[in-house]
Amino acid sequence: MKKYWWKILCILILFYVIIVGFMGPVPHQPILNESIRNTYFHVALWMSMTIMLFTSMVFSFKYLRSGSLDHDDKASEFAKGGLFFGILGCLTGSVWANYTWGDPWPNDPKLNGAAVGMLMYLAYMLLRSSFEDEQRKARISSVYNILAFAVFIPLIYILPRLTDSLHPGNGGNPAFSSYDMNNEMRKVFYPAIIGWTLLGVWLIELRVRVKKINRFLREEVANTNPAKVHQ
Amino acid sequence: MLLYVVSTVFVCYLSFNLRRGQLTPIVWNTIFWIIILFTAVNAIAKSFSQERYGRLIYYYNLCSPQAIIVSKIIYNSLIMLLLSGIGFGFYAFVMGNPVQDVGLYLICILLAAIGFASVLTLVAGIASKAENNATLMAVLSFPIILPMLLMTIRLAKNAMDGLDWSVSVDEITTLLSIDLIVITLSYLLFPFLWRS
Repeated sequence: MKKYWWKILCILILFYVIIVGFMGPVPHQPILNESIRNTYFHVALWMSMTIMLFTSMVFSFKYLRSGSLDHDDKASEFAKGGLFFGILGCLTGSVWANYTWGDPWPNDPKLNGAAVGMLMYLAYMLLRSSFEDEQRKARISSVYNILAFAVFIPLIYILPRLTDSLHPGNGGNPAFSSYDMNNEMRKVFYPAIIGWTLLGVWLIELRVRVKKINRFLREEVANTNPAKVHQ
Repeated sequence: MLLYVVSTVFVCYLSFNLRRGQLTPIVWNTIFWIIILFTAVNAIAKSFSQERYGRLIYYYNLCSPQAIIVSKIIYNSLIMLLLSGIGFGFYAFVMGNPVQDVGLYLICILLAAIGFASVLTLVAGIASKAENNATLMAVLSFPIILPMLLMTIRLAKNAMDGLDWSVSVDEITTLLSIDLIVITLSYLLFPFLWRS
């Protein structure tokens, strides 16, 4: 129970978010109307993606300081999880945009920034796959991961703020800022971020464990085969 | 590399030869920065891969990794300054010069040269450790350099329209801060690359 309480919590929170998110009361805004409910999914997914990519960068730092492959496994899986959530965020966003803006992919600085950010992490995956030696792969891709995160944040959070965006809250569009998002919505929005992040951590934890088992098996095979040859 | 810039500019000039009147300032600006981007990638990609293995070991014994990266960044910045300066001169000479505020445009070139050089030096260091490094260089560097390129194009557009300098302060500070972040990061991270 001590070990998996957070998985139960995650399921409960997500059920709560889905049920209350679709049924609960929301404020009525011009243009947005009922589609404001997408905040619980699209915006929360992006938030948890940022949290995951940040964690990935922290593990890359830890790897560079310690040199243990465990940290690198976690860094790469967190980056993969972040990428996956980013793609989900793009999909939920474009379904929403199709009905709100009338176009699944309008030419908006935030969307283009997101696409470039995804490209950056895909490049990270490509870089990882181009090495044979594990330590070398881990060290060089950690360096790239830190660099990528340092560029990713200005790309997503600073550059779009300098221009007008179609997104709510930019360029005079109705926003989810402090007085637009009422307390009813906040009761769902903050748990939603926590819930999606927990789900991501769960996913990533499973993948890290699979990776560890695979490595263990490979070493086992490598250790037993020579013995057989000697007999 | 100088020949590379000049011939690329000339190819652009000949391709647009027939419709020179239709070349709007936006197109003029964008083409110039794309030429500079490709020149930068090609020029700086060599900075690690062209060195022989023995010489790298010699450097490794001789001085600290910080000294290496800082000197490489300075050297590449100077090269980029030279290339983009001459490139701009030649480009303006053959394609016509719609820039109204040349001073600001030159500042823009200066900031971009330093920024491109510092990002690409670190990425070249990363790519040189992998085997197929020409493709990898492009794949790794384009997404990272894009925010910088966008800011530069916007700043350059302001300079072309001859807007007041106070309009572009935002862009200049953002570019400067991105440059600073990247240079600090390369200073901190390069020792880990150098060891392998």
